[in-house]
Amino acid sequence: MAGTRQIHTLSVEASTEHLAEVRDFVASHAENIGLNQKMISEIRLAVDEAYTNIIKHAYSNNSTEKVNIEIGSDDDQLWISLIDSVKSFDPRSYREPDLMKRIKEKKRGGMGVYLIRKVMDQVQYNRKGESNEIRMVKNL
Amino acid sequence: MKNFSIATRQNQNVSILDISGELDAHTASQLENTLKSLIDNENYSIVVNCSGLDYIASAGLGVFMAYIEDVRSLGGDIKLTDMNDRVYNVFDLLGFPTLYDILDNEQEALQSFKN
Repeated sequence: MAGTRQIHTLSVEASTEHLAEVRDFVASHAENIGLNQKMISEIRLAVDEAYTNIIKHAYSNNSTEKVNIEIGSDDDQLWISLIDSVKSFDPRSYREPDLMKRIKEKKRGGMGVYLIRKVMDQVQYNRKGESNEIRMVKNL
Repeated sequence: MKNFSIATRQNQNVSILDISGELDAHTASQLENTLKSLIDNENYSIVVNCSGLDYIASAGLGVFMAYIEDVRSLGGDIKLTDMNDRVYNVFDLLGFPTLYDILDNEQEALQSFKN
């Protein structure tokens, strides 16, 4: 496997119906490159949270829209990109959730981005032409 | 595709939910409807047995967050038990173990409701 660079892509409608399929897609490639179970669990969680955020916030649950998912790896890193084509998420607006406050106010959400940052080593948001990319990297 | 299931049991005044499969943004509404129905029927002592739970995302945790304070203000609680390490890790990453009663097994939860 040394020196190889592998990329796999999946295009799915923006619907929570496809969450399990998306998780299994990244998990199977992570397994193929020999990641341990803990890392595979973390990657499943990261892609789930990123995809759910796109469905709910970027596309407002409009399931006719598509999300392109790419997973790739080389000797040092595994990366996952999710690409949508709507207004960009502004990472400057991100704040760590205050859990007690959220519970008191019954506010849900906001936890996904926090979890992604916890389980991945790098998270980048890129504007590419008319598309937005969230690129999540795990060091191997 | 629904890869999540939920069943309800009663042990004296405690309602026990057995949840299995994968709890994500797609399946969270099933848990939400069940919890809501228990609370609407004035069942405020609730144990969620997670022994069959393979996976949880933040949407699943959000359901517990939405109801726990209500139930506590009514003198009850939602106690979570029998989590595998992967599921516990997600709760732990968000600091939930300090906020919620997460116990090793169902018996401990039932006992703590008696105390």
